[in-house]
Amino acid sequence: MSATAFTRTTTRHRRTRAAARGLGWFSIGLGVAQVLMPRVVAGVAGLRGSERFVRACGVREIVTGIGILAARRPGPWMWVRVAGDAFDFAALGSAHNVRRPASRALLGAVAAVAALDAGCANALDRIERRGRPPVRDYHDRRGLPLPPVAMRGAARKDFEMPPDMATPALLAPWPPVALRP
Amino acid sequence: MKALCWHGKKDVRYDTVPDPRIEDPRDAIVKVTSCAICGSDLHLYDGFMMGMESGDILGHEFMGEVVEVGAADHRLKVGDRVVVPFTICCGECEQCCRGNFSVCERSNRNKALADKTFGHATAGLFGYTHLTGGYAGGQAEYVRVPYADVAPVTITSGLSDDQVLFLGDILPTGWQAAVQCDIQPTDTVAIWGAGPVGQFAIRSAVLLGAKQVIAIDRVPERLGMAQAGGATTINCEDESVVERLNELTGGKGPEKCIDAVGMEAHATQSLDSLYDRAKQAIMLETDRPHVLREMIYVCRPAGTLSVPGVYGGLIDKLPFGALMNKGLTLRTGQTHVNRWTADLLRRIEEGQIDPTFVVTHVAALKDGPEMYKTFRDKKDGCIKVVLKP
Ligand SMILES: NC(=O)c1ccc[n+]([C@@H]2O[C@H](COP(=O)([O-])OP(=O)(O)OC[C@H]3O[C@@H](n4cnc5c(N)ncnc54)[C@H](O)[C@@H]3O)[C@@H](O)[C@H]2O)c1
Ligand SMILES: [Zn+2]
Ligand SMILES: [Zn+2]
Repeated sequence: MSATAFTRTTTRHRRTRAAARGLGWFSIGLGVAQVLMPRVVAGVAGLRGSERFVRACGVREIVTGIGILAARRPGPWMWVRVAGDAFDFAALGSAHNVRRPASRALLGAVAAVAALDAGCANALDRIERRGRPPVRDYHDRRGLPLPPVAMRGAARKDFEMPPDMATPALLAPWPPVALRP
Repeated sequence: MKALCWHGKKDVRYDTVPDPRIEDPRDAIVKVTSCAICGSDLHLYDGFMMGMESGDILGHEFMGEVVEVGAADHRLKVGDRVVVPFTICCGECEQCCRGNFSVCERSNRNKALADKTFGHATAGLFGYTHLTGGYAGGQAEYVRVPYADVAPVTITSGLSDDQVLFLGDILPTGWQAAVQCDIQPTDTVAIWGAGPVGQFAIRSAVLLGAKQVIAIDRVPERLGMAQAGGATTINCEDESVVERLNELTGGKGPEKCIDAVGMEAHATQSLDSLYDRAKQAIMLETDRPHVLREMIYVCRPAGTLSVPGVYGGLIDKLPFGALMNKGLTLRTGQTHVNRWTADLLRRIEEGQIDPTFVVTHVAALKDGPEMYKTFRDKKDGCIKVVLKP
């Protein structure tokens, strides 16, 4: 049970890091698009006329993306992305009419990415705050022929408790026989 | 011959030293085939045990082949394969007759010094301080084994060194730690320290039928290995040990607590650690009792504390009021190794436990100084080091 908990933890760690890498590349991809094709992006985002602004945002995206991919602790960089998302959301919100379904879809998409970013940043924080991850996995080192649950009490059938080490009678469970197998 | 010698704090060297010879007719000389570094050696390495002298040969966990036997030793023969328990015992004194081998009344040749320090002397130990006889240890090519007709365990089956080596110390130590708890099927056993001793205590507690075994440490690899053995784990760096233990026991605390950490306990998130480190530095206190304090505090009333962890001198701020009022039983001691060896050897032969799981590093004896560091710093996932002379 606990071994699976550990596996779960390491799997979770691996997934979080993979997600961070994915978002880092996404950041760079979006940034490159914004820098190289500001007009197209501005068109899609409904920010026609704000090509310079779009390009600046692209630079920000690229820098954050590189930060996430290159840093040993990508957590803080992921929070930069979250802040960027909030900024984008505000910029788009003021330029769009939220009643228009297309605008709503766009804002929804940005919010979804923001949620992803925040979730990932949070998970990274948790990993980074906790102790270092194990450098070796010893979950296969049971030392027992069967899983511990199956070995529980295996020695009791032929082990004789030395009287001098037994719990003093006064402190033993009462009635004494009830708890002994 | 070559041996690992203590030269001061954090100073272990691979030295050339004189070969041991038979000094008493009951002696034997053993050619070491495998030896290990123990958590107890770290207390010497870190300079926390008194009574060490520069040049002392380290090591108390070893096995090998008998190459010479004294005239009065009628039990061993040249060529026998033996595991040598770290406790030297005469087999005849009142304590030995009671099976209290680690407090043998005769094997400590520095009895006067030990009497003065501890009130009454305890047994002689290999490769340990002069308080325990100052006998040359087993991290060497050859060892003189005093009273060799008593303690050494002869291995006749085809088991490998790694399978039986730990019969001399950490396997019986983990076992006795659990036995001393007199585990009932309804018991939760909490074990501080998931080092080699803690690992064996976990397996022993499982085999002896504990309902729940909880291991506490802060080294992730060790917690992983503890989980493999069936323990629920608490990382004392991330979580409050007392809170978690209470949570896992319906608010009542574990019935049985084992201290497999000893005098160099780390304390995270607590003030007492600073206090202890400061006092230790100015020699007002020799040991850091953080784990003892925690155990006394969290243990269920009428419960048992079992302390295989080694302490050497003085501690303070021990909540003795809690210990007394809660009616706790306190059991301690260097392990009475020979009480358990026959039974445990049988369990290994029958496959009930395979001690090799704990070995993470194997190296040549000459790499010993480096391996002390690796083991001490828990580098590279190190849990147990076996050295081959
Ligand atoms: N009684 C005996 O006969 C006997 C025999 C062998 C070893 N020992 C003693 O047993 C103890 C453990 O030996 P080992 O070989 O496993 O050593 P070790 O140093 O490898 O293990 C000690 C473990 O305790 C952990 N630890 C430190 N502070 C802690 C805390 N506050 N809470 C929980 N865990 C903490 C460390 O991270 C480490 O993993 C040592 O004191 C050693 O001297 C006693
Ligand atoms: Zn030891
Ligand atoms: Zn004796």
